[in-house]
Amino acid sequence: MQNLALIAPLIVLIPAIGAFINFTLGPRLSERFVSIIGTTASGLTFGVAALLLVYLHNNFYQPVIVNPPLINGTWISIGTLEISWQLRVDTLSVTMMFFASLVGTLIHIYSAGYMHGDARYARFFAYLNMFLAFMMLLVSANNFVVMFVGWEGVGLCSYLLIGFWWDRSRGAGWRNSNAARKAMIANRVGDFGVMIAMFLIFWTFGTLDFYKPNEVVNVNAVQRLAEGGADDSHSSLLLTSTAAQEDHGEEAADGEHAEEGSHGPAAHLEYTNNDHLALRQMGVFGQTDRLMALGEDETIDFGLGEMRGRTIQVGQYSFDISLMLVLIVLFLLLGVAGKSAQIPLFVWLPDAMAGPTPASSLIHAATMVTAGVYMMVRSNVFLYHSDVASFIVTLVGVGTALVGGFIALGQFDIKRVLAYSTVSQLGFMVAAVGIGAYPAAMFHMITHAFFKALLFMGSGSVIHGMEHGHHHLHGDHKDGHDDHGDDHHDEKAHHEEEFDPQDMRNMGGLRHKMPVTYWTYVIGTFALAGIWPFAGFWSKDEILADAWEVGLIRGELKGFIALVLLIAAAAMTAFYMWRQIEMVFHGKARHEAAKHASESNWMMTLPLIILAVSSFFVGFINVPSGVGIFSFGLENMFGGLHSLADFLEFSIAKFHIPAFQPVLAIMTMIIGVTAMFIASRIYGGGRAVNKAGKDPLEADASTAPIWSIANARMYWDNIYERVFVQPFTRVAEGIAAFDWNILHDYFHDTILYKGFNALGSFLSRPVDLGIIDGAVNGMGRLVRGTAGLLRQAQTGYVRVYAVMLFLGVVVVVVLMLLPMIRG
Amino acid sequence: MVQTEAFIILSMILFALGAMGVLIRRNPILVFMAVELMLNSANLALVAFARQWGHSDGQIFVFFVITVAAAEVAVGLALIVAIFRTKQSINIDDLHLMEG
Repeated sequence: MQNLALIAPLIVLIPAIGAFINFTLGPRLSERFVSIIGTTASGLTFGVAALLLVYLHNNFYQPVIVNPPLINGTWISIGTLEISWQLRVDTLSVTMMFFASLVGTLIHIYSAGYMHGDARYARFFAYLNMFLAFMMLLVSANNFVVMFVGWEGVGLCSYLLIGFWWDRSRGAGWRNSNAARKAMIANRVGDFGVMIAMFLIFWTFGTLDFYKPNEVVNVNAVQRLAEGGADDSHSSLLLTSTAAQEDHGEEAADGEHAEEGSHGPAAHLEYTNNDHLALRQMGVFGQTDRLMALGEDETIDFGLGEMRGRTIQVGQYSFDISLMLVLIVLFLLLGVAGKSAQIPLFVWLPDAMAGPTPASSLIHAATMVTAGVYMMVRSNVFLYHSDVASFIVTLVGVGTALVGGFIALGQFDIKRVLAYSTVSQLGFMVAAVGIGAYPAAMFHMITHAFFKALLFMGSGSVIHGMEHGHHHLHGDHKDGHDDHGDDHHDEKAHHEEEFDPQDMRNMGGLRHKMPVTYWTYVIGTFALAGIWPFAGFWSKDEILADAWEVGLIRGELKGFIALVLLIAAAAMTAFYMWRQIEMVFHGKARHEAAKHASESNWMMTLPLIILAVSSFFVGFINVPSGVGIFSFGLENMFGGLHSLADFLEFSIAKFHIPAFQPVLAIMTMIIGVTAMFIASRIYGGGRAVNKAGKDPLEADASTAPIWSIANARMYWDNIYERVFVQPFTRVAEGIAAFDWNILHDYFHDTILYKGFNALGSFLSRPVDLGIIDGAVNGMGRLVRGTAGLLRQAQTGYVRVYAVMLFLGVVVVVVLMLLPMIRG
Repeated sequence: MVQTEAFIILSMILFALGAMGVLIRRNPILVFMAVELMLNSANLALVAFARQWGHSDGQIFVFFVITVAAAEVAVGLALIVAIFRTKQSINIDDLHLMEG
């Protein structure tokens, strides 16, 4: 089974090939063909991810590093810096690959319907495939640099997809391309942080590899595995697989180990700890662990005779490695803030909803934005060893969760609500990483990918339905605009009135028009709001339980802050989601378009149904122990309790899972349901939007001030406008004025132009004509004069030449004879 | 036996006569004849010295000189004919086309 891991490079290659085909041939192929190529590439990627999962399952979840063929892995080799294209197949990367490609494939199918009729259909699919290739590169990298390549690649695809409709009429194209630029610029700020962090990491550890070959990631987990996994609290997928292997007998094991089969699974592990490795042979995380274990003045052999202590020398400064770790984590956090939309860089994500809905769903909700969280989980050792930094990470995450949730309360754009909700949920994940709940963060990332993709695609379906209704409305007196699809984007310009199909104030009563969308949307809402037994309940509760443990049992401040504020954010989540359900689906239609809306076709509803089912079941992959019958025993489908956590255990060095807190679970459930109930009292019964087009909270004088802050997005964008954009513009204008007045008028026109002219005329007349020409002409005259004198010797008479000849002979003879005469 | 000096003196006289002829005569044919005279004076000197030293080198050299002189006369007479055809004259004082 060792060889199965060698297919790992295909996970990047397949979508890259799909993108290449669609880029080159796509415009000449039919829509059907393009979508088949794109979806097949994505589906095959999912297949490879599934095979890698099988590989890990058969290989006791031990990570393996795969060198890509042909190029032999090496990318950059400068001195001690070795960067390679190695792929890391471990439980964490395969988890990311698996869910990203699964959601990706569903969204490819959905896009085939959603993008129907778009002029750049092939390009859209090429972008999606390219995104998938870069995402896979990001998660499969074994060092920070290759991960950064993927990181930038997904950022590029995100930029391209946000601005996909850059040529829309009526200024919409400008809005789209501005949103794309905003995303690019916000991410650039974050990428700067990642780069600084990489420099610091290389300076500190002399390598950028996560882990080197033969390095054990989580020593505890591996030793437990080697001892036969006797720990009954980890009765998981892992142990069922080991048991199954033993039941099947030794032939199930690797051939080379068959004779050692009697030792059980332990025989497969070459190493159970890292004692055999010198510091130089370890990746950054292994080195961190070892260096942090040192005393004040202790040193340790770095390998090749070099000694290393805790002190890191940077130029003339030298400081302790713990301070260095704080710096590294904070710079990484800046990157996370960019990519995963945290305070202060989250402002790009809501604007990113300008892109086509499938792109919003795949990139800006499910996969790309989780890259930051993934990087943090990957760097768990850094976080573990720096309390200060992880406290700041927690604060940023919690703050983002609250801010995102609060702003979502006051939005009318259906996708914008979901966008701020995504910001808020990403805050949950980052906060989870901050308090050390790495498996919980990953769990929430996965469940969130499913239900947020579902909600986005549901919103896309609603928008599609609204647009269809709008066309229906105008198709009566216009010559047949009844064809649905996205070509309306161009036609929209022909309509007299401004109609925003994304504005929830125009909706209402869609429940009966779009039943499939409605029910799947409700499931997504329940999942997001954390209502038992949907996925969000399990994952959000896992984070909160960890916060409970860190805050109340271990008594750390960050845990307590996270617990209290995340519950508040969860309450807001339930509230704004139910508000959205009421506004969009319940009540009466508030616009003619909503009256004529119709359900989308199967290509769009099928992924909704699949995702809705997934959003229910995906929560059971990580059911904590102690929930009894409340998980219906469904966790056994996925290999028992905490199976995701046990799976991830082998990739997360500082692994930690909390105990189930029944009090907390009941409390969050009550809070969630109460919030939804309050929302239904405020917005239900046709009161979702009053006659003036106002939100009930806006109309009520007591809540209006708070609501207007949420509606104005907490003035966050306005503050950035004031603090960054306007000063920047003013500085730019100042520089432009300087450029025009001083540089152009004075420097260019006066100094350069006139000075050049003066110098030119000086050089041309006295210097060139006088000296240089004079010298050259003088030379000519001299030669001619001399020649005129000399030519007189040439008479042309043979006799004269003969005389000359004789005279010459006489002279020669005389010269020859002179020495004789003297001698 | 006649002394070598006598031959050399005769050779000098012949050479001087030839040189005078080349410088003074206007008819190119006569100039040629004077040139031949000079060549033969040189031949005489060569032969005289060959006899003096008992080497055959000088005598063999004379054959070459005679051969070359014959070829030179052939070329020279051809040139004179060509010149006469163009200028209707062979007076060498009329030929100063190469005047600088």
